[in-house]
Amino acid sequence: MTVFIAILSRTAKALLTLLAIAVLNFFLIHAAPGDPAVVLAGEAGAADPQMIEQLRERFGLDQPFHVQLGKYVWGILQLDLGYSFRQGAPVIDLIADRLPATLLLTLTAFVISLVFGIALGVAAAARVGRASDSALTTLALLFYATPLYWAALMAVLVFSVWLGWLPGFGYETVGASYSGFARVLDIAKHLVLPALTLGLFFMAVYMRMTRASMLEVSTADFVKTAKAKGLSGPAIRRRHILRNAILPVVTLAGLQAGQLVGGAVLTETVFAWPGIGRLMFESLAARDYNTILGVFLVSAAMVILFNIVTDIVYRIVDPRIGARA
Amino acid sequence: MWKRFSSNRPALVGVVLLIAVIAVALLAPVLFPNGPWKMVQRPFLMPMAVDGLPLGTDTLGRDVAAQLAYGAQVSLLVGLVSTLVALLIGVPLGALAGFYGGYVDEGAMRFTEFFQTIPNFALAIVLVAIFEPTLASITLAIAIVSWPPVARLVRAEVMSVRRREFVDAARLAGLSKPRILLTQVLPNTVSPIIVMASLMVATAILLESSLSFLGLGDPNALSWGYMIGAARTVIRSAWWLSFFPGLAIIITVLALNLIGEGLNDALNPHLRQRGQKP
Repeated sequence: MTVFIAILSRTAKALLTLLAIAVLNFFLIHAAPGDPAVVLAGEAGAADPQMIEQLRERFGLDQPFHVQLGKYVWGILQLDLGYSFRQGAPVIDLIADRLPATLLLTLTAFVISLVFGIALGVAAAARVGRASDSALTTLALLFYATPLYWAALMAVLVFSVWLGWLPGFGYETVGASYSGFARVLDIAKHLVLPALTLGLFFMAVYMRMTRASMLEVSTADFVKTAKAKGLSGPAIRRRHILRNAILPVVTLAGLQAGQLVGGAVLTETVFAWPGIGRLMFESLAARDYNTILGVFLVSAAMVILFNIVTDIVYRIVDPRIGARA
Repeated sequence: MWKRFSSNRPALVGVVLLIAVIAVALLAPVLFPNGPWKMVQRPFLMPMAVDGLPLGTDTLGRDVAAQLAYGAQVSLLVGLVSTLVALLIGVPLGALAGFYGGYVDEGAMRFTEFFQTIPNFALAIVLVAIFEPTLASITLAIAIVSWPPVARLVRAEVMSVRRREFVDAARLAGLSKPRILLTQVLPNTVSPIIVMASLMVATAILLESSLSFLGLGDPNALSWGYMIGAARTVIRSAWWLSFFPGLAIIITVLALNLIGEGLNDALNPHLRQRGQKP
């Protein structure tokens, strides 16, 4: 029951946040230099005065400010994110078209970064102070300092151009028209490099956090008890330390999911991955503000949804969280 | 404190690297008096192919080494100024929330949470795209997406410091509330803020380079991210055009992270024990 109430309150809060972002978008359009109608039309519409006039009417730009705001937010509540004149389609359709590719990429990258990050963090903590620990820690520091898009470019160069092991471009082989399992395999091959490079930075983050968390928990009294009981090192690490150390890592990972969505803009740009990040990049060059703001809103919604899901999962996994709140 | 910092070898490596980057940035006009935009040779020259062009030339025949040197100026400037602006937003907000509590705290934290929920790179893209990419708008956008962690940190620090005995003593001595906050509480929160700030400069440099990579850089300021973005489409034929600017970013960001961690160990010695011994 408490879980249910928690979900309800989280959802209400999430809706409020999304509304606030919609209002923020509205103010951004009006804060942009120039006529809001021209801003909304983007470069494509700038040459056509008739279209601008239509836009002005449709968005009620001749009406008082608060009426305009109401109209805009009401439109967003009905999933009307405006029209992309550049692409000749409603923004919501463009996004819906590309969202699955982004979800596939970010979720794969999230799982990769979490699994490898935690595994390496545990390994480093178990060998603290030794050469292999220093090597892992140094590697994590390097990944942590590497720009995502640069890692992506270098991955394309090495694994795709030089070695020819994996495709470095697109979502599936164009013109191959695979079906069934062959198609899944083809997409998976295309997914490897983008997901790995997107996950690399976050893997470094989670590894450092896991290592620190493991070392912190390992000084706790119950670990001494476990040692006194005569349990072996690996058993203590797995059953006592890891279970307690992992919670803060996963909590922060859930909070950081938003950065993953932002990073997708860079990865998708490099790999020509047909997701909403690539859509945003294309819209930047075209100055297609409706699409840019639409992608922004949807990526925020993705982050909020993700946070709610992780929150619910914790409440089920760790009953202490519900009791504390 | 300096002793603890200087006995930390990675942190010293960070200092040396950072000094090198700063020196290159400052000496850029001396080393490359022609500026970064001038055509000096054939385009697409490999590194070391021609004397005097150790890193080769780009797609328009411009000196890559000169571009790297001038790019260092942009990265350091944007990283530093945006962090200062983020501190100017985050420190007062966090201090007021932590010190006064109640409705002030509630309101400030809701506001901070809202900004933390928004994917920060996406927000930075939107801000720079809408306000036209200039050094000022890029710096401001990075500051706007970076201040929330500062506000949270300062709030937590102020909340723990304001319960200490010397604050009670100051209150008994008749100091006004704002004066207690400014002269008694805030000075005691400085060290974690310094640590966070040094790490923020690193993140800001990464953010700036990512924005320029997407074409959202100031068209009048050549930056490392822009170099990589411009060379992206020719990665197959001219790898060095993307490789060296990336290396420059890694070195700078790594240096700042090492320094930040060294400062953290030096300023919070009680945390140091952790992880040192198995």
